[in-house]
Amino acid sequence: MTPALAAAREHAASMPLDQLDPATVQYFADGVELPYFERLRRDDPVHHAVSPWAGPYWSITRYQDIMHVDTHPALFSSEWGYGGITLFDPPPEEQLPMFIAMDAPKHDEQRKAVQPIVAPANLATMEALIRERTIKVLDSLPRGETFDWVDKVSIELTTLMLATLFDFPVEDRRLLTWWSDVSTMNKRINPDALDPAERMAELGKMLGYFTRLWNERVNAAPGNDLVSMLAHNPATRIMSPLEYMGNLVLLIVGGNDTTRNSMTGGLLALHQHPEQWAKLRANPKLVDSLVPEIIRWQTPLAYMRRTAVADSEVGGKLIRRGDKVAMWYLSGNRDDTAIERPDDFIVDRARPRQHLSFGFGIHRCVGNRLAEMQLKILWEEILVRFPVIEVVGEPVRVRSTFVRGFTRLPVRIAA
Amino acid sequence: MPTVNFIAFDGRRHAVDVPTGTTLMRAATDHGVPGIDGDCGGQCACATCHIYIDAPWNAVSGARTSQENEMLNFSAGLQDSSRLACQITMSDALDGIVVTLPEGQH
Repeated sequence: MTPALAAAREHAASMPLDQLDPATVQYFADGVELPYFERLRRDDPVHHAVSPWAGPYWSITRYQDIMHVDTHPALFSSEWGYGGITLFDPPPEEQLPMFIAMDAPKHDEQRKAVQPIVAPANLATMEALIRERTIKVLDSLPRGETFDWVDKVSIELTTLMLATLFDFPVEDRRLLTWWSDVSTMNKRINPDALDPAERMAELGKMLGYFTRLWNERVNAAPGNDLVSMLAHNPATRIMSPLEYMGNLVLLIVGGNDTTRNSMTGGLLALHQHPEQWAKLRANPKLVDSLVPEIIRWQTPLAYMRRTAVADSEVGGKLIRRGDKVAMWYLSGNRDDTAIERPDDFIVDRARPRQHLSFGFGIHRCVGNRLAEMQLKILWEEILVRFPVIEVVGEPVRVRSTFVRGFTRLPVRIAA
Repeated sequence: MPTVNFIAFDGRRHAVDVPTGTTLMRAATDHGVPGIDGDCGGQCACATCHIYIDAPWNAVSGARTSQENEMLNFSAGLQDSSRLACQITMSDALDGIVVTLPEGQH
């Protein structure tokens, strides 16, 4: 345990419960958020706090309680009109409709419009392309010098994937990365973020770019990309520009940030657990269980928010209609009543797929199997190339309580 | 012990003997039958144990619950015979049941 983590543990254990606000961005930026959830799981698993930037909210910290909230959408709404799926309630001019932040039946219709992109047969046809690109990216990495894994590998691979899914001009692909970052960064907790008005202006540029693609495709034969799917499906072809914008943000962030941070988090986890890396090298077949373990360990989206639409009890506490609720997947994934030795990173876990990172219920991650395939191919190709990838400096973490990830990870591969 | 027959997407048959009271999802995952994931551990919350119940077994195995319907609603390859294996519990009446697996689980 690092000194910073030990100090956080001490702080979390001794602070009065009524002062514990787990959605404190500094904890996440410093990588010391976990001890606060450990305290809550033990002493107050359904916890009320008041956040300076998000107001009053409940934290659900145990695996089974999270499962309960996630699988009762009639009690706990995702609707963007109530504030959607993140704790900050945007003012009206920043609200974006998107299907992750909708309830049935509209959610169901819009989700079904894009779901064919990750149907089993389509995944199988994408595998060769993903492998070819992964090989190309890994073979072009510098040797014997320090470079940033986030930029050269995690961002590059996930952005290439996203460009393919949208059939987006590949030379402009870093715009997708930019728009993803613009939409997730919140000025209220991150001074590096754009001002709200600038942010909406940037997202307007995104909409302009994607409207050109829509117009090209809406009159062409249906294609096998997300824009064409949205433009041709009866449920989505009538979307308002704002709804198109919202769904683009959803698909760009959903396909980008999550896998990006698992690609980085996995390398960091293996670096911190060299005995697990040795086990993996001795038996590369373990990639199958390594991948879900990385996704559990990293939990690239720390929580999802719901809004109670009726009074109900969770873990013995009364949640009232209108209350905000954060399901902390990050915490449920470290709950020892559901997962054995949850604080250990274990590449050959017995039931590695049982984790909360994709959510459960009707909003469960659409792209989960694609993400797993990208990570599987990445690790298979790393294992046949590099005996070791050294992490040579401290990671820089994302300043967010929602996106749990890294902006930089300096690494070195021997010459 | 009653037997359940899983027919994989490639046509291969896996016959598994399971104690009554075991769900078909657990029967598959405990015996390493490929093609059933069971990510949520049997809480009808992920639809990664999607199966097709071959006639005439659909009458004996019962109808979908409403939560099961909600989850299956998003499955690729949804058919009238679709069920979630975690929602079907093995009994003597189901001895010899034949279920077919889809191309993939999401």
